Amino acid sequence: MADEVILLDLWASMFGMRTRIALAEKKVKYEYREEDLENKSSLLLEMNPVHKKIPVLIHNGKPVCESLIQVEYIDETWPGETSLLPSDPYQRAHARFWGDFIDKKVNVTARRIWATKGEEKEASSELIEILKTLEAELGDKRYFGGETFGYVDIALIGFYSWFGVYDKFGNISIESECSKLIAWAKRCMQRESVAKALPETEKVTTFISQCLGLE
Amino acid sequence: MAEKEEVKLLGIWASPFSRRIEMALKLKGVPYEYVEEILEKKSPLLLSLNPIHKKIPVLVHNGKTILESQVILEYIDETWKHNPLLPQDPYERSKARFLAKLVDEQILTAGFVSMARADEKGREVLAEQTRELIMNLEKELVGKDFFGGKTVGFLDVVAGSVIPFCLERGWEGIGLEVITEEKFPEYKRWVKNLEEVEFVKDCIPPKEKHVEHMNYMGERIRSG
Repeated sequence: MADEVILLDLWASMFGMRTRIALAEKKVKYEYREEDLENKSSLLLEMNPVHKKIPVLIHNGKPVCESLIQVEYIDETWPGETSLLPSDPYQRAHARFWGDFIDKKVNVTARRIWATKGEEKEASSELIEILKTLEAELGDKRYFGGETFGYVDIALIGFYSWFGVYDKFGNISIESECSKLIAWAKRCMQRESVAKALPETEKVTTFISQCLGLE
Repeated sequence: MAEKEEVKLLGIWASPFSRRIEMALKLKGVPYEYVEEILEKKSPLLLSLNPIHKKIPVLVHNGKTILESQVILEYIDETWKHNPLLPQDPYERSKARFLAKLVDEQILTAGFVSMARADEKGREVLAEQTRELIMNLEKELVGKDFFGGKTVGFLDVVAGSVIPFCLERGWEGIGLEVITEEKFPEYKRWVKNLEEVEFVKDCIPPKEKHVEHMNYMGERIRSG
């Protein structure tokens, strides 16, 4: 039976990138639909009436909302050869904890760098602290889960395409503060699923600069 | 031969987040040692086990530490597979997780803010926001005894610990009626069902003490 999979998304969304990566890792064929946040489609409003946000994954007409919930859904629905989460319950709990940490801390802080006036300095130093915590968790491992690319990598990597924005508006250099994290990001970028899902950093930076009326 | 299981839970009597873990452990019949923490005076054990967030609940299982209540619930479900908390079907699982996130993020916040407001008008606005959010749960309960169907599941312990056995106690304390029988008949039926389940009853904070505690917390916020 043919699966119908639709993803309602925004090219620059670091959350949508998670779902794109997960689908690609599992080699699931899907239709990508770009949403316009100023003019949300009736399908988006119907499929995510609670939050009216992207990404929304629609599988055979049924919606799954929230990017990390989508990643778990994808892992469970298309088990295949690659697992996005480890099989051991404790390792899974560990991965979910870090996914939750990324969700609670990264965007909330990072947004303040460019979206709120006057908070760049404070927010950018807070962001560096958060990234250093993640870097410490990564340690000397190839990926957050060890040898295998997975859930926590997927949760975080989309933000890499936004590092240019944070550097520019926060007047920082994430590369010089978190070199191990950048090395990890470059390793992830060598995966086809990631390279195809992430936009170029310059494109994101230009887009945000334009939104702020600076270009 | 069964390995000796050592399960320890660090919690706070009034916290819905540790109460829900107790419900889950009791549902699974897992014996555990409970350690009561004090918010204003966190133990060195808590700080060493959860240095990042410094929060309860913390579950320690055979020396391994698990943090974040929903993560702990999933860990419990995967480790002790009988009496499942989450449904088997991936779509149903995603729905339960989605609504659980709605409870812990939006409903809880709107609910607490409604109690923190000193002005009546402000309270009513927040109460109305909370009602709109809870309507998503109301719809989900149609034709079911529990969110988990015939038995208590993941969303029941998440929503149960937060709404009837925490927020409602706070609202009672300030005389704010948020959830009415008229608008939320399914919700009221569900709470009655929950109250009859032995292991849920065992894990509800004592009412009077809880209402008093919620009042005290609310007063502190309202006065500054």
